[in-house]
Amino acid sequence: MDTAVQLVLLTLAAGTPLVYAALGELVAEKTGVLNLGVEGMMLVGAVVAFIVAARTGAPWLGAIAGIAAGAALALVFAVVTLTLQANQVASGLALSLFGVGLSAFVGLDYVSVVIEPIKPLHVPVLADLPFVGALLFTWNPLVYLSLALFAAVQWFLFHTRAGLVVRAVGESPESAHAIGYPVVRIRYFAVVFGGACAGLGGAYLSLVYNPSWAEGITAGRGWIALALVVFATWKPSRVVAGAYLFGGVTLAQFQAQALGVEIPSQYLAMLPYLATIVVLALISRDVVSIRLNAPAALGRPFHPDA
Amino acid sequence: MHLRLEARTEPSRLARWLSPLVATFAVLVIGFVLFAAMGKDPWFALYTFFIDPVDTRYDVGELLLKASPLMLCAVGLAAGYRANVWNIGAEGQLVLGAVAGGGVALAFHDSTSPLVLPLMLVAGVAGGMLWAAIPALLRTRFNANEILVSLMLVYVASLVLSLLVHGAWRDPEGFNFPQSKLFSDSALLPNLIPETRLNVGFLIALVVVGVAWLFMRRSLTGYQMRVAGLAPAAANYAGVSAARTVWLGMLIGGACAGLAGVGEVAGPIGQLMPVVSPGYGFAAIIVAFVGRLHPVGIVFASLLMSLLYLGGEAAQMKLALPSSVTGLFQGTLLLFLLAADVFIHYRLRVVRRPAPVAHGA
Repeated sequence: MDTAVQLVLLTLAAGTPLVYAALGELVAEKTGVLNLGVEGMMLVGAVVAFIVAARTGAPWLGAIAGIAAGAALALVFAVVTLTLQANQVASGLALSLFGVGLSAFVGLDYVSVVIEPIKPLHVPVLADLPFVGALLFTWNPLVYLSLALFAAVQWFLFHTRAGLVVRAVGESPESAHAIGYPVVRIRYFAVVFGGACAGLGGAYLSLVYNPSWAEGITAGRGWIALALVVFATWKPSRVVAGAYLFGGVTLAQFQAQALGVEIPSQYLAMLPYLATIVVLALISRDVVSIRLNAPAALGRPFHPDA
Repeated sequence: MHLRLEARTEPSRLARWLSPLVATFAVLVIGFVLFAAMGKDPWFALYTFFIDPVDTRYDVGELLLKASPLMLCAVGLAAGYRANVWNIGAEGQLVLGAVAGGGVALAFHDSTSPLVLPLMLVAGVAGGMLWAAIPALLRTRFNANEILVSLMLVYVASLVLSLLVHGAWRDPEGFNFPQSKLFSDSALLPNLIPETRLNVGFLIALVVVGVAWLFMRRSLTGYQMRVAGLAPAAANYAGVSAARTVWLGMLIGGACAGLAGVGEVAGPIGQLMPVVSPGYGFAAIIVAFVGRLHPVGIVFASLLMSLLYLGGEAAQMKLALPSSVTGLFQGTLLLFLLAADVFIHYRLRVVRRPAPVAHGA
């Protein structure tokens, strides 16, 4: 029983960075902006969070700094693509490459530094309940927060007027503009929100999941988050389910080693990437479903004067 | 009074070729500020980064040596990008090329036949194409996004290489280091200029760039690919198969990257190691854009990118600056380039009176 609880907790922990990054990207994509820079924003979020946590000794301050760093990087992307009308695919790639370079550069002196991580909660009384206590009331605060974020995004997008406007901007920016909505400003907000989430996802990695800094600590999670949004056919609940599924796959390599399975670690390390490819192919196969669910204006630039 | 972007009636050719220069200049300015902020003499640092690495014959050889894989990968990617095929996994295709070519070198380790090297090059090209065929197949058969698939395969490729050099292909006399045997002389690219490390791989790269130019400019297939990129609907109407375009764009990119990979292991590295490329496949994306997706532009852009690599190494040795500053400059270069590209399609107008409230449709 204990191992089962442990497995659930580990899966939640492994899926959480993906929940943050993919939910943020989902909101940006809902307004029609494809930001391929998630990996870069996560890395910069992770390194800035770690540096601030190491300097101040306050991991929560680090998390906030990670959010700000991700948002700042997203703002660069927004200026380049929304104001300067650059190609979104190329700019997103540029942002990822920039983030990889920037994070490696500023993080160099922090590679073997030890920090105080953000500790898991121990909800009084409830956490001591048998079974459910450990299962539900001993998570890390950032794991609870990720689910709160999911609920908020779901509610905002599908149950508020503002959410409707956001979705309209992603379906037909021309119509939204004609009715008088500030399309570019809405896209700015969505992109920066996506960056903030990616930054927090990165901060979770360096402050909670594996409290340390190493070059490329995200190991492609930003790209997997992008794939998750497609898997989920742009639905927040499926993003979360997919994130935990991939969290579980990531765990497989550690679990197999713990169980003493005699297989070179490289095979197991390949699993998340291969799983991403396979699931992406399976989901994308249904062209109709993708076309119906994808924001119609995804990746298409919009210039109000054009 | 405020500034307003106004659409040009025709794209500006001048802006198209000026923007790489503007972006390069911006990187120099950023470098100047950055070095000054780190307490280094910025002029000396810039000198160390951009002039010092190329002031001897040996150094120029190194510049051309590093530029070779960059221009190979970039020219292959550019063929795809022109056709709107977004292969961003050149790094993985490069690694597979190195694995395939290196496999041949190890299989014929005792052979002195002059055929070993050509066979390696063919195997490298095939390895790169095989790796690029996966996203092409998944895109054409299952509609899977080629950006994500090709990128995921970069991670898989490096794990495949790691698996081999830690296992089956590890040098039994290598003190347990994860490396293959050193390739025999018949498996190494001959030297091109004495007293440098430059090998004939550079000439091969130049030939490939020339062929790529002929292909994209002078062949019907190349023309169809460019049309497919500029106007997919028109290409479709004219009977150009979208699937064929994806396959071609991917395979050309894979072939070039695979050739670059085998060129590295048959050239400066001379064996298989866990890491055979300092991110050439990703830097080549930047090279392709800075070179305006044009073969001639790509040659110059690859020299610039090669200089960034060498400058990073020099800065590390002589200034105790982290060599990762190279990655920072690479990303900055591309971001500034894309930003400066706005002037290809728009011009800046100073509007003296407030813009009219009514929006033009």
